[in-house]
Amino acid sequence: MTVSEPRDVRTATPADPAGAAALERTWRDPPGVIGWFAAINHKTISKRFMVTTMAFFLLGGVLALLIRLQLAQPNAGIIGPDMYNQIFTMHGSTMMFLFAVPVMQAVATYLVPLMIGARSLAFPRMNAYAYWIFTMGGIMLYAAFFVNAGPDAGWFAYVPLSGPQYSPGKRVDFWAQMITFTELSALMEAIVLITTILKLRAPGMSLNRMPLYVWAMLVTSFMVLFAMPAVMLASTALITDRLVGTHFYNPAEGGDALLWQHLFWFFGHPEVYLIFIPPLGFISAIVATFARRPVVGYPAMVLALVTTAFLAFGLWVHHMFATNLPELGKTFFTAASLVIAVPSAVQIFCWIATLGSGRINFETPLLFVLAFFFILVMGGLTGLMLASVSLDTQLHDSFFVVAHLHYVLLGGAVFPLFGAFYSWFPKFTGRMLDERLGRWNFWLFFIGFNVAFFPMHVLGLWGMPRRVYTYPAEMGWDDLNLVASLGAATIAVSVLLFLFNVARALRHGAIAGPDPWGAGTLEWSVASPPPMGNFEVIPVVHGRYPLWQPQAEPTHVTGMSNDWREVLVTTVADAEPDHRLWMPSSSIWPFLSALATTVLFVGSIFTPWAVVWGSVPVAVAATWWFWPKRSVVQERVRTEVQP
Amino acid sequence: VNAPQQNRAAGKDALRRGAALDVGHMPTFAFGTRSPMWWGTMGLVVIESTVFALTTMAYFYLRSHASVWPMSRFPPDLLWGTANTAILLASMWPNQMAKKAAERLDLAGVRLWMTVCMLFSIAFLAVRVFEFGALNTRWDSDAYGSVVWMLLGLHTTHLVTDAWDSLVLTVLMFTGPLEGKRYVDVSENAGYWYFVVLSWLPIYAVIYWGARF
Repeated sequence: MTVSEPRDVRTATPADPAGAAALERTWRDPPGVIGWFAAINHKTISKRFMVTTMAFFLLGGVLALLIRLQLAQPNAGIIGPDMYNQIFTMHGSTMMFLFAVPVMQAVATYLVPLMIGARSLAFPRMNAYAYWIFTMGGIMLYAAFFVNAGPDAGWFAYVPLSGPQYSPGKRVDFWAQMITFTELSALMEAIVLITTILKLRAPGMSLNRMPLYVWAMLVTSFMVLFAMPAVMLASTALITDRLVGTHFYNPAEGGDALLWQHLFWFFGHPEVYLIFIPPLGFISAIVATFARRPVVGYPAMVLALVTTAFLAFGLWVHHMFATNLPELGKTFFTAASLVIAVPSAVQIFCWIATLGSGRINFETPLLFVLAFFFILVMGGLTGLMLASVSLDTQLHDSFFVVAHLHYVLLGGAVFPLFGAFYSWFPKFTGRMLDERLGRWNFWLFFIGFNVAFFPMHVLGLWGMPRRVYTYPAEMGWDDLNLVASLGAATIAVSVLLFLFNVARALRHGAIAGPDPWGAGTLEWSVASPPPMGNFEVIPVVHGRYPLWQPQAEPTHVTGMSNDWREVLVTTVADAEPDHRLWMPSSSIWPFLSALATTVLFVGSIFTPWAVVWGSVPVAVAATWWFWPKRSVVQERVRTEVQP
Repeated sequence: VNAPQQNRAAGKDALRRGAALDVGHMPTFAFGTRSPMWWGTMGLVVIESTVFALTTMAYFYLRSHASVWPMSRFPPDLLWGTANTAILLASMWPNQMAKKAAERLDLAGVRLWMTVCMLFSIAFLAVRVFEFGALNTRWDSDAYGSVVWMLLGLHTTHLVTDAWDSLVLTVLMFTGPLEGKRYVDVSENAGYWYFVVLSWLPIYAVIYWGARF
């Protein structure tokens, strides 16, 4: 590990401590308890967001361990069938909706502004609101679970099982409203990220100089805009079927059960890519940093990301091969499912070329990336198998599918995410994670993962269905199930080691300095952790890896206020300076608005009228949020420049 | 001497010579695609257009599986829906005037035309109540009724929220405190108003004519 000097070229201004102190004062969060709830700095919110999503990851992991405990031996009676249904539904819903998608947005809200040379996200208050609404939705779901009202119809809640006839009570209603909370949050984050990326890049960072991670988040955010509305509509129709007697999914009154599957998977398949594309960005950043050279084939990488995003919307029916859809239609979706391997392969070859021609710095983040190659290729190959209609009909709803989806999601998302944590933890906290613990963390995770999930392929081929709470000893499934459970326990040990490493590093970790890995992108040009305003002077960018290139002029921006939260807005394609914009101050109203929205959403589970009376506090809070302060406006108008 | 050190030395040198890009003279707000507000508003437009498009697809999906359409046999009465279409289309005129006034920073014009817009809001919200009464189906009658109520309900949500947004902004333009970027808000609010009006046209066609052809 190299620890570089405390200051880098980009911030090596002719010392202006007064300016830096003013900037820090301007951008910091207010003090006190109320101030804690009023914080809107993107780094503060992002850190909370990451911790919250990781807490849900741990909760989902504990549920997974309970599943593996129950299945470790035949005829086990540790968990009854009703609780088992709740547990696997909660595990899937937690991992998909409360961890995998939001954690990617959580990390992005920290890194994107720093990577593009911005002092803030666009719409920082909306970002805070999105965080709070997400958190409250997750708390609601777990509160329901702890009073035995956890959802029990699976994480994709197929009708008619999840409909009013077969799932009476409130369980599925909580699930449907959890969707509303989390997707609302994700949609807002997508708008925040798109606007930030397109309008707040430092001068000179034209689109073709944007870091590949930022490209990945831009593509992901656009996908969110088109994918998430489908599941919100689907779950709203489900909850109205359940609560006010609509008939969207009720065949007796002209509804259609397959409508749910279409709407859900029109979201659900792109969702896999919402989870998978941000890690592609992590990998591009980590590979460049640890191979110590630019990623090979930048245009090919960007085009591959965009192609993947488009193709991802043409795959949803491959989740429905076991339904009576026209054969010709299924053929189209098989072809699309196979074609998507092409852009993925393009990226993998570019990374291999980068690693092959670089000077490798073998640290923990790179280990997690190499594991990605191995596990994702495995998961991708079983995906190609499942893309064949005949094979899919045989393997549908078996443990083979469970194995496949865990190979794709853990290999495609969780491994690179851990790599990203090791890579950027020094930036978040100013301290290094321990390398030796990191290697233990990695190897236990990698071995445990394969021991846990590889046997499930075989179990699935032997005919073991998913979502059974137990199985008879005569089936001969007990040995492999026990092996899988031991693998799960190994993963648990590895995650505990990670937590220990984090806790230890926060107190005793080596001081990181601004750029411990010798990386090339802008976030490494500022102190670790970064000052509240990110950049003491806004840099001017002349290439894709500014810190690896000879200094060019102009070097930086002047004329920005240190006394207002001012950001520089630039043009979409070329990032030419366009105007200066005042960002909003810290405010408690995003939090209170989220609280009011929570009352509306949770209330509507119990009475439809909550949508009417619950909207009053929401409207009041949102109006207060918007209403400007007279004293602030009077001050600012004096320095206003009209367009 | 390695590259980072060279960079550092060159950077310090450039800064000493003041090799900086000065943005101090640049405006503090701007209209249209230059403004982040435009992009945020367009994000909402994309999301909500997708919701409308998916609901419309659900309508035709259910229709393709039905033997009789509308299932309740009586299509919605044309009178109120068509009247409201006319009102909504007419509201684009004061809306455009408010937008233009905002873009030339004309406070009196903004106040006048936003007030006219608010009068239109009252009109189309009132007529919308009659529209629900003239659908000739209930949300719990059958799947046709469900999807028609969903479409009209979703659009009505937009009418209500847009009316509230516009009302708050109109009041602010009268009471202050005012600064330049409020004119950007008026301009973007008008852009959103266009979306609410124009998205109504396909929804009107589906609800009122999809049940007739």
